[in-house]
Amino acid sequence: MINRREFLKNTVKGIACAALPLAAFEIIDPKKLFADKSGKPGVRWVFLIDTYKCVGCGFCVKACKNENEIPYDANVTRTWVERYVVTKDGQVFADSPKGARDGFATPKIDMGLGKYQEIKNEDIKKAYFVPKLCNQCENPPCVQVCPVGATYQAPDGVVLVDRKWCIGCGYCIMACPYGVRFFHPVYKTAEKCNFCYHRITKGMKPACVQACPFGARLIGNIKDPDDPVAKIIMTERVGILKEEYGTKPQVFYLGIDKEVR
Amino acid sequence: MVHGELWTLKELFVYPNEYIYWSVQIVMYPFMTGLVAGAFVLSSLYHVFGIKQLKDMARFALVFSFALLFAAPMPLLFHLMQPFRGMHVFMTPHFTSAIAAFGIVFSGYGAIVASELWFLYRKRFVEVSLPLKEKKDKTLLEWIKFVIFCTLTLGAYDISEESLKRDEKAIKILAGVGIPVACFLHGYAGFIFGSVKANALWMTPLMPVIFIMSAIVSGIALCLLTYIVTMEIRKFVAVRKRSRAAYRFQTREEIGGVEINVIRMTAKYLLFFLIFAISLELLDLIFRGYTAVKSWDVLRTIIYEKDFTNIFILQYTIGNLIPFILLLLPNLSIKRAVVGVALVLFGVFMMRWNVVIGGQAFSLSFAGYMHYHMPIIPHDWETFKEGLGGAVSIFVMPFVLFWIMDKIFPVFGSDKEKRATH
Amino acid sequence: MKNHVWRPLFAVIGMAAVVLVIRAFYVPKDFGVHERGYMYGWYRAGNIEDWKNVKVKYQGREYCKTCHSDKYESIEKTPHAIIQCENCHGPALGHPENPAKLAIDKSRGLCLRCHSYLPYPTSNRANIRGIDPDRHNAGIECVMCHNPHKPSPEGMK
Repeated sequence: MINRREFLKNTVKGIACAALPLAAFEIIDPKKLFADKSGKPGVRWVFLIDTYKCVGCGFCVKACKNENEIPYDANVTRTWVERYVVTKDGQVFADSPKGARDGFATPKIDMGLGKYQEIKNEDIKKAYFVPKLCNQCENPPCVQVCPVGATYQAPDGVVLVDRKWCIGCGYCIMACPYGVRFFHPVYKTAEKCNFCYHRITKGMKPACVQACPFGARLIGNIKDPDDPVAKIIMTERVGILKEEYGTKPQVFYLGIDKEVR
Repeated sequence: MVHGELWTLKELFVYPNEYIYWSVQIVMYPFMTGLVAGAFVLSSLYHVFGIKQLKDMARFALVFSFALLFAAPMPLLFHLMQPFRGMHVFMTPHFTSAIAAFGIVFSGYGAIVASELWFLYRKRFVEVSLPLKEKKDKTLLEWIKFVIFCTLTLGAYDISEESLKRDEKAIKILAGVGIPVACFLHGYAGFIFGSVKANALWMTPLMPVIFIMSAIVSGIALCLLTYIVTMEIRKFVAVRKRSRAAYRFQTREEIGGVEINVIRMTAKYLLFFLIFAISLELLDLIFRGYTAVKSWDVLRTIIYEKDFTNIFILQYTIGNLIPFILLLLPNLSIKRAVVGVALVLFGVFMMRWNVVIGGQAFSLSFAGYMHYHMPIIPHDWETFKEGLGGAVSIFVMPFVLFWIMDKIFPVFGSDKEKRATH
Repeated sequence: MKNHVWRPLFAVIGMAAVVLVIRAFYVPKDFGVHERGYMYGWYRAGNIEDWKNVKVKYQGREYCKTCHSDKYESIEKTPHAIIQCENCHGPALGHPENPAKLAIDKSRGLCLRCHSYLPYPTSNRANIRGIDPDRHNAGIECVMCHNPHKPSPEGMK
């Protein structure tokens, strides 16, 4: 038989024990990471894209391909720029010819299968450019599905691919909802944007950020309270892509639109 | 050229890096794994549930399942960009990935099938190796045979009545354990697709179950087909030999009689599982249409427009409905059975095709489409292995293996009976 | 030989042992579970260093300034000041050791990245002075008349 005193004691203990794993369910959001000041200031790389500033010149794509040795004429790229044109009758046209490596020099929309769509100037209701790159998700599905541990999240949040260990099964390519992954034409392994890891770890900006003449692309550390990019993300209204997949992307967008895919 | 660019055509808005990365080899992969699982389940029906009519078929199905087992991982290996690193799956398995489970489940399953075969054929191994052991001046060929069979006995030469009984018990247990493992093996193949949340067509919890059901259907169908074909060949041989020699152990009629009973019985099981498979697939389709989430617009276009012929004509009508009627009508004849099971096999293949290729027929943007053009005439290694040639060689492989294995594990009765038909 | 039924199991255990032994030699020592746990942090730690050691190609305009301060300062006064030198002159890796390596892009296409006029009301593109490439001296390189280092009308050649 247990007396009341012991019963209460056990109840309290039980609740405490049950509450402990609940801590594991805490949502990791930017704010939480921002507030994390325990010990030395950590690093969590994030990206901010201002779609109002992007003009679709594609210098970012050019710089990225050169910097990261992605064969220039191969039809794959670590970053790309999309164009969205919404007409007055509500139709949405989108394209990204060659990933916008050469920018957008023509108003004609690339419809695939060699067809191009001309849109009259007066029919355009809104039109804009959206740069895309790897979202370095907090919960990267591409990493989850790698059968051999060849892709992983580094301690600073960047998702990297081990070219020496990748078997090239393509499961990560299938698992990414953003379509940022591809097979490197030379190394024959999975390839993706890594925020120019060799540059950011040396205190430099990623090649695309540096090449952008308009400041549409910014990189920052969300764990650093004095970081200007972190401040914008904390104080302005920013959007993310495809949040319904629960990947918690860490590339934030200013001026994102519902038409953006 | 970027991997995938050669056989992918893009229409409307498709992200720049999107191609049909998983091509015909990945269609072959669940198809072959399904055949393995199905063949094993068929053989277990006899060993576990004691369905006597399937005795002949059970032995055959087990050996065939073993032959298929070696062919099943080949498409996966063929498809890897770094095939020589394939063993990394065993070296550093990452079990949050469905593919990593492959290494363990597949080897475990292989061990079960191999053990079952060992118990089934242990007597023969001993019977072959003992006389060879005693024989003094062995030829090189006999030496090789001796070494192979000696190894296969695993040093167990006891073939007394008591020990053989123990073998039978072990077979029964292994066959029982094997059924859930076979289902798991193929269920996880379904899980590989069903768990990809990025792919709107693949992501459904029904996927593993649908895969298991259609796997059993295809496995039974292939066993039936191969069984009929080998029986016909034997019959043909028997007729020719009979006219020449005096052997009359098994006449043409006797063989034919055995055949149709087995076929009718097996066909019933096939139909049973086919009904399950179709019901689940239709349930999935209806559910998608009714809930009509964000991705439904693009999926509807794929299912009812772009892939209509593949899905509704080739898969459901030719691959399911017609064989269903053919096998269901009374007085099933051998010819009708052959046509029926061949169509069933085709239907299951089309189902795999429509899942794997259909799942990549639309862009992640939901605003564009991709068209797959399988390379027919290869002009380099890549277009061979990712094209028709690669797929056909994968499909032929188990038959070749089966022919080789038949030398070690004679499928049709004992040696004596075999000699009778020669 | 009473227990012959266990033989296949011994064979399987033997094979598993062989795989484990191979694994012990084959897998790099730094392969393991790291910060993010098994799901996201199962990798070869040395790979992080591999990525850090990739060569930097684009050096940035401050690097160019150390030698070409005259160009740097003159362009600073023009609207083209926002454009990195290397966007047109190519990545500076290996320069000045090997000056010939710099491939200057003087093509018409380079200018059209921004100056092909697109009437996109909600994008900054519409605010850039642009031309219709089909009508404005089609086929002629822009640098024949315009000076990219001094894009204003006074800079015309």
